[in-house]
Amino acid sequence: MMANMRPFRDLVANQYDEENNKTHSSKEQIDVEKSVLNMYESAHMKITLNRNLPRLATNAHMDFIRDGLTQLPHSYSCLDASRTWLCYWSLHSMSLLTDISKTWPLNKEESMIVQFLSKCQHPSGGFGGGPGQYPHLATTYAAVNALCIIGTQEAYDIINRKTLKEFLYSVRAPNGAFRMHLDGEIDVRGVYCALSIATLTGIYSEKLFDGTAEWVVSCQTYEGGFSGCPGLEAHGGYTFCAIAVLTILKRPKLCDLHSLLRWLVNKQMKLEGGFQGRTNKLVDGCYSFWLACSVLLAGVALGEKKMLFNQTALQEYIMVCCQYNSGGLLDKPGKRPDLYHTCYTLSGLSLTQTNSDYIGIPFYLGFINPLYNISYEKVEIMKTYFKDTKDETL
Amino acid sequence: MGDSSDEEFQNSESWVFYRNRDDWKDVEPVEQEDGGEYPVVSISYTPKFKDVYDYLRGVMKIGEKSQRALDLTADAIALNAANYTVWQYRRDILKELKSDLAKELKYIEKVIQRHCKNYQVWHHRRVIVEWLQDSSKELKFTQGILVFDAKNYHAWQHRQWAIKTFGLYEGELEYVDSLLRDDIRNNSAWNQRYFVINNTIGFVDDVVSKEVEYVLEKIETVPLNESAWNYLKGLLLHDKGGLSNNVKVTTFCEDLYMSGNRSPFLLALIVDMCDERISNKAEDDKYNLKRASELCHELATTVDPIRCRYWEYMSTTISKKAGCESGEDAEGGDGPEEAAAAGASHDV
Repeated sequence: MMANMRPFRDLVANQYDEENNKTHSSKEQIDVEKSVLNMYESAHMKITLNRNLPRLATNAHMDFIRDGLTQLPHSYSCLDASRTWLCYWSLHSMSLLTDISKTWPLNKEESMIVQFLSKCQHPSGGFGGGPGQYPHLATTYAAVNALCIIGTQEAYDIINRKTLKEFLYSVRAPNGAFRMHLDGEIDVRGVYCALSIATLTGIYSEKLFDGTAEWVVSCQTYEGGFSGCPGLEAHGGYTFCAIAVLTILKRPKLCDLHSLLRWLVNKQMKLEGGFQGRTNKLVDGCYSFWLACSVLLAGVALGEKKMLFNQTALQEYIMVCCQYNSGGLLDKPGKRPDLYHTCYTLSGLSLTQTNSDYIGIPFYLGFINPLYNISYEKVEIMKTYFKDTKDETL
Repeated sequence: MGDSSDEEFQNSESWVFYRNRDDWKDVEPVEQEDGGEYPVVSISYTPKFKDVYDYLRGVMKIGEKSQRALDLTADAIALNAANYTVWQYRRDILKELKSDLAKELKYIEKVIQRHCKNYQVWHHRRVIVEWLQDSSKELKFTQGILVFDAKNYHAWQHRQWAIKTFGLYEGELEYVDSLLRDDIRNNSAWNQRYFVINNTIGFVDDVVSKEVEYVLEKIETVPLNESAWNYLKGLLLHDKGGLSNNVKVTTFCEDLYMSGNRSPFLLALIVDMCDERISNKAEDDKYNLKRASELCHELATTVDPIRCRYWEYMSTTISKKAGCESGEDAEGGDGPEEAAAAGASHDV
C-alpha cells in the first residue's frame, strides 16, 4: 500500500542539536541537513500538487546507465583500473530497473561485454580492472558478478576456473585473510570478494577459507560494526563484507550480532533518512545498500523476519535527495551522479521495497540476493550451472 | 570525478608526447586491446593519457626496468593514481634498480597529498617504509594528512600499522586527546584511543575506571554524541561486573535521566542494563522487564522514532527472554538460503 512521507514539520524538528558545542563534525552535519531540508521542502510542495510524487525517473536513469556502459567522459580516467566494476554497476543497475521480459541489454551487446571481460582476464588467473592489467580480487569480483548477470553460457564459459582457483590461493594469507592482489593490501573486502567469487563459480573449498571466519570476527570493533582490519574504526562497507562472509560461511553467530545490529540501525540518519557509513559522519546514498543490507543479514541471523531499519525514510532519501535531474543517482544533494552511486542507491531502494509500503508511484525494482547483490534468479542459475559442470582440471 | 584531469592540464604546454621523444624511439607503443567491435565502458582518454599508457604497455611487454621506465610510471600514476598494476610494476623497477628509497618516500608523500583517499598510494608507502625499516616520518606524515581530514580512514590505517609494527605508542594518547579537544565527535579519534589502550596497558580494572571517568565527563558536555556513548559501552565490555554493575555509570545514567535528558543513547544504555540483568536472572527494582519495555516504548514513539521498528523488536526480544527458561535467543537462522530469500520478497 501507499505510505505517507514523514511530515515536513517532523523533519524540521529532527534537526541536529549542537548542544552548545560547535565542532567540525557538527558544522558539516548542519550544512548537509540544510541542503537536504531544501530538497524535502520542495518535494513536499510538489506533492501537494501531484499525489503521484515522488517518482523514480526510470527512463532518465536508464539513459544515464546505458551511456556509461558504452562511452564515458575522460573524467572517468581515475576508474581506468576499475572497468570491470563499471560493467557490473551498469548491468546491475539496469537489471534492477528493467523487467526481466524486456529486451535490453540485447544479446549482441551482452556478447560484446563478455568479450571485453575476457580481455580483462589474466593468463595467471582472475581478472584485472582493464585489458592487460594484473588480476585483483575486487575487479575479479566485479567481473564474475557482471558475467553472472549476463547469465549466458558464453559468459560462464570465459571464466577459467582452474587459474581462478590458483589466483585465489595465491592471494590467501596464512591466517585466512586475503590480499587484494599479489603483494597487495589485506582487508575485509578481500575476504568477501574471494568468497563471493568462489561460491558463485563452484570453486569453494573449506581449505581455501580455513580461518577466514575467525579473522573476520577479529575485525568487529567495540562499537559493534566491522573495520577493514583489526583495530580500525567500524565502517559500513567493511561491515557489509564481514556479515555477508559470516552468513555465506553459515557462522554469523560467531560475532556479536546484538551489538552489530545496534550499531547498524544507529547509522540511519533521523532527518535525512539515509545512512551514514561511520559514527558521526555524513549521510551517503551508497550506504543505502551497504548498511540496509547488513541490517537485513543481521536480522536474518537473529531470526527476525521484518526489516529493522526505517524503509520509508530510506525511500524518501533516495527518491527525493539522490536523483539527479538529468539521470543517474548520487551521494547527497550537490554532488554529481556516477555509476557507483547509481548502483548502490538503486540496490538499497530494492531493499526498501521488501515487505514494505512504498511512497509515490509504485515502481518495483528487481529482487536481489543480498549476499551477492545480484538478482535472485541469476545467482541460482550460475551456481547450478557450475555445480553441474564437471571440470576435470579443477 | 577524479582529479587526474586537473593535473593533466597543468603542464600541458611543456608536455612532449612519448611518441615524439627521440630517446623513446626504440620502444614500440602497445595499444589497449578492448575486444569487440562496439565500445564497452570505454573511457574517452585524452591524447596524453593514451600516449603514456601505450608506452607503459610497451615497456611492460618487454619487461624493461630502467630509470626512464620508472619516470614513465610516475607519469602514468599522475594520470591515474589508482592503477595498482602501474604501482606494482614501479615497485618491481625500484627493486631491480636498487633505487634510493628515501627519495621514493618523498615522492609518495607528494602523491598521497594529492590523492589521499586511494588504497594504492597508501599501500605503496607502507611497502617503502617496510623496505627502509624506517618509520621515523610516519607519525608526522599521517598527522599532516589528518589536519585536513581528521577522519581519513587510510591515514588512520597507515598510522595504526606503523604504531603497531614499530612500537610507536608513546605520545599517541596525548595526540588523541588533542583531537578530541578539537572535535569531541571525531569517532576516528575515539577509536584510536581504544586501539592505544588495548595494545598497551590493556583494559585492566583501574584503567577502565579512569577511562569511565574521562568519557562520562565528555558525555556530560555533549549527551547526544554517539561516539562517546559507544566508547563507554566498549569500556564496559571489560568491566567484570558487566554493563549494569558499575556504580559510577549507573549513577551517572540515573542522574542524567532524572534531570530530564532524553538522549537516545542514554535510554538505549539503560535498556541494555535491564537486558543484561534479565539475561543473568538478576532483575531488581531498577533494571527489569517493566522498565525495559517502557524505555523501548519511549524510544520507539518519542525519543528515537526513526528506529521504531528496532525498538519494538528489542522490546519483544527482551520480553521473550524474560519468559524464556534458557535466557538464550530461541531462534535465529544462520543459513545463506534464508538470507537470500529475505531479499526476494515483495509485498505486492
